Amino acid sequence: MRHGKYRFVAGFLALPVLLYVFYVWVPFGYSFYFSLTRYRGTDVPPVFVGLDNFTTLFTDTPEFWKALTHNGVILLIMPLVTIVIALIFAFFLNVGGKAKGGVTSGVRGSKFYRLVFFFPQLLALPIVAVLFQSIYRPDDSGLINGALNKLGLPKIGFLIDTNIALLSIIAVMVWQAVGFYVVLFSAGMSSIPKEIYEAADLDGASRWTMFYKVTLPLLWDNIQVGWVYLGIAAFDVFALVDVLSVNRGGPSFSTTVLSMEVVNKIGAGNYGMASAMGVMLFFCTLTFAAISLRVTKRESIEY
Amino acid sequence: MAKKRSSTESFMTLGHIALAGWALVVIVPLLWTFASSFKTNSEIFGDAWTLPGALRWENWAYAWEHARIGKLMLNSVVVVAFSTFGTMLLGSMAAYVIARYKFPGNRFFYYFFISGLAFPVVLGLPSLFLIVRNLGQTPGIGDFLGLGTTPGLVLVYIAYSLPFTVFFLTAFFKTLPHSVAEAAMIDGASHTRLFFRVMMPMAKPGLISITIFNVIGQWNQYLLPRVLMQGRSGVEDKYVLTQGIAQISTTAGYEAHWGPLFAALTMSIIPMIVVYAFFQRQIQSGLTSGAVK
Repeated sequence: MRHGKYRFVAGFLALPVLLYVFYVWVPFGYSFYFSLTRYRGTDVPPVFVGLDNFTTLFTDTPEFWKALTHNGVILLIMPLVTIVIALIFAFFLNVGGKAKGGVTSGVRGSKFYRLVFFFPQLLALPIVAVLFQSIYRPDDSGLINGALNKLGLPKIGFLIDTNIALLSIIAVMVWQAVGFYVVLFSAGMSSIPKEIYEAADLDGASRWTMFYKVTLPLLWDNIQVGWVYLGIAAFDVFALVDVLSVNRGGPSFSTTVLSMEVVNKIGAGNYGMASAMGVMLFFCTLTFAAISLRVTKRESIEY
Repeated sequence: MAKKRSSTESFMTLGHIALAGWALVVIVPLLWTFASSFKTNSEIFGDAWTLPGALRWENWAYAWEHARIGKLMLNSVVVVAFSTFGTMLLGSMAAYVIARYKFPGNRFFYYFFISGLAFPVVLGLPSLFLIVRNLGQTPGIGDFLGLGTTPGLVLVYIAYSLPFTVFFLTAFFKTLPHSVAEAAMIDGASHTRLFFRVMMPMAKPGLISITIFNVIGQWNQYLLPRVLMQGRSGVEDKYVLTQGIAQISTTAGYEAHWGPLFAALTMSIIPMIVVYAFFQRQIQSGLTSGAVK
């Protein structure tokens, strides 16, 4: 039987491992190698240039710095805004309703809200991007500017104003992500024992005190997971910039991100530089994950 | 006490307003897209907050025929059907032996798969592009696996879906009881039979969650087809929906068919609403299961 067991294990692992090595590990490995070479993908083999590509990136590639900065801005704003909004909504949904004998319940229609809020998560990013292209149109044919116009407010050049184009894109990310975290946090909140809220209510705690002193600490693990997820998403932004922004990362590079620049460099056949940027993106993600796991590590509360 | 009650009431009112407001922020853009799908170009470039003058279904017909929404959806269905099936089959096979069998290198294979989660897809993208391109120049298999081929895209989808699938299913297979497996072995079932006839049915809840996760993830995938579905004549016929929508949005600009663009958008949103209406519980738990683990 022993022999049969090993044959079985090998048989079950062979195909997945082969596919995974070929399409995932080999490209990862090659990208590290290509990042140290000049390579145009032709019959001319890669020329080893050491760290030249990275030097070029840091000293002579303004779009790289812009992309890096934008990923950083997204990382600072998007997870924070998403989590704060989602927490508030989840709190309203779970304990915003009438108190019955000291036990607070969710607001009416909380099922409906959860259902609606979550839906954007299912839409493919290119669809969302095309949708918001029209919503953000700079004249009153755009959904938002049309409304602003009716209220007598000045128009906003959401995607064409270099100062706010990136913020407009971040807003779309928040629009799509909030529902997911409302559902995630709601699940976490519903597992917090009602007695704790009851006790807090008896002690005369207001809803806000309950939120800060009960919900937030007990939900810390969920928030931490959400933070890491959204942070990684901040480095992964591509489709929204590719489809929604003016000229794929414009106007004048005001919305470009690292993945956009990698894809552009692939399109230009400059595989050395594309790989170098990919490697930079990898180290950014890794650094973020390491830091956030360290910073958010905190005694979790047992209940 | 009275003060507390009134503050609680104003809190509830505030909550209702905020929730209703966000619901509108989600629903209004979708309804507006639907309304715009019946508009003429001049209506679309007029005031955004007016309804279309008539129900112009010809926009829908145009989107279906010229923008080939039906064809794009069918392509996506084919790609996702094969890649999700492949992901589930290969992923559960790997996860099963890693979770339930002791063999040298067991830990190694586990980390071999899940460490892929730490690498962004973009890192490997330049080399992946070259590898798939070179596959396309290999005689015999090139026409199936190179750039711009559906089977080639399917294999890439499977490979990049494996880390999370293996990670999730390994944890799941570990929770299944050993007694049933032992009983089946005593009855003389082979390892393979045990897997397909006993363990897979027992793992159904986990398999359903991760299947939903993969279907939605692969249906919405954009980066990989954007880079890999090109460079072959007639590749437009093989575009997946996400790619097609992105392309339609650029061509609508210079061909000035804005109504059909919104019809195309509506047609790609409606199936998601229908699927969501039927499977919302499974979808919510399937998508959040990744974060809960």
